[in-house]
Amino acid sequence: MSLLAFCEWLAATDGSTALRESLFMYPLVESTHVLFLLLFVGMTVVWDLRLLGLLLTAVPVTEMADRVLPWVRAGFAVMIVTGVALFYAIPVRTYQSVWFRGKLIFLVLAMLNIWYFHARVLPHAATWDRDARLPWAVRRAGLASLVLWALIIVFGRFIAYNWFDCDIQPQPQFVNWFAGCVVPPH
Amino acid sequence: MLLPFFEWCETLWLGQAVVGSLWLFPVIEAVHLLALSVLGGAILVVDLRLLGLGLKNYSVAHLARDARPWMIGALAGLIATGIPLFLSEPIKCYYSPSFWVKMNGLAIALLFAFTIRARITSRPPADPPVRNTTRLQMLVGALSIATWVTVAAAGRWIGFS
Repeated sequence: MSLLAFCEWLAATDGSTALRESLFMYPLVESTHVLFLLLFVGMTVVWDLRLLGLLLTAVPVTEMADRVLPWVRAGFAVMIVTGVALFYAIPVRTYQSVWFRGKLIFLVLAMLNIWYFHARVLPHAATWDRDARLPWAVRRAGLASLVLWALIIVFGRFIAYNWFDCDIQPQPQFVNWFAGCVVPPH
Repeated sequence: MLLPFFEWCETLWLGQAVVGSLWLFPVIEAVHLLALSVLGGAILVVDLRLLGLGLKNYSVAHLARDARPWMIGALAGLIATGIPLFLSEPIKCYYSPSFWVKMNGLAIALLFAFTIRARITSRPPADPPVRNTTRLQMLVGALSIATWVTVAAAGRWIGFS
């Protein structure tokens, strides 16, 4: 089964149909997704700005990791649950959205950045933990995170717009390729 | 009573520029969300501390002083992007209950942030600190979160009407 076929099957399920056609449930899930930007991206920004030496420079990075990152993780859990529900409601169009696909790529990059930081950079925190100005490897991780989450927000918001939807043709060749549009030959 | 004012807003150049563009509204809206995220961090790092959570080994005054420029900057960004968004559809806003909830909530949130919350968060900690947080601080933190969540939620809901 191709991913597209899977999305088509998903869209036909009762749960997906109910959520898609619901008067209040879908807007509620979407609003929750947006509101948790305040917690999830908000606390991520606090953390990244500390890594960049622009906020709370007197607080050791390991203390930030202990006291701030749990809030980031909690916010992320809500983002994932509501995000999956939003995809579940509108699977085919979302799967074929250039913005959604771009957002997923940036999400993977953001995860790699987090993994690299925690596996390779944070274990050496003892040497720079209390510094206001941190080594380049630390600042680079903070900057990459800020840029990636900003892109994820922008691309996520743009999923709502239909400029590049597959059912609006003709589209540039790149769009049809990147979105995986099935365009009948003319 | 205010309708003529909203009708006048609709004629302004800035709003017309947004209406006439395919990209301008979504782009400004996205920047509005970016500024909202920064605001979330700048207020929550302090409000969670007021609730006795988060960076509880540091004083409220310390966190609030560090976060303040980011809060002001984020608010400036939100207002600077919010104005052209409003000017692009003032009549829709006039008839949207969510818009009025948002604007009244915003007035309350700003008033609260720059009076009571500013006073409570600038107070130096007791020496030696009696405990992690006081009941008054917890109340201020909870009210601050409640006001901003109301503003953000009502703002999102304008789009559904």
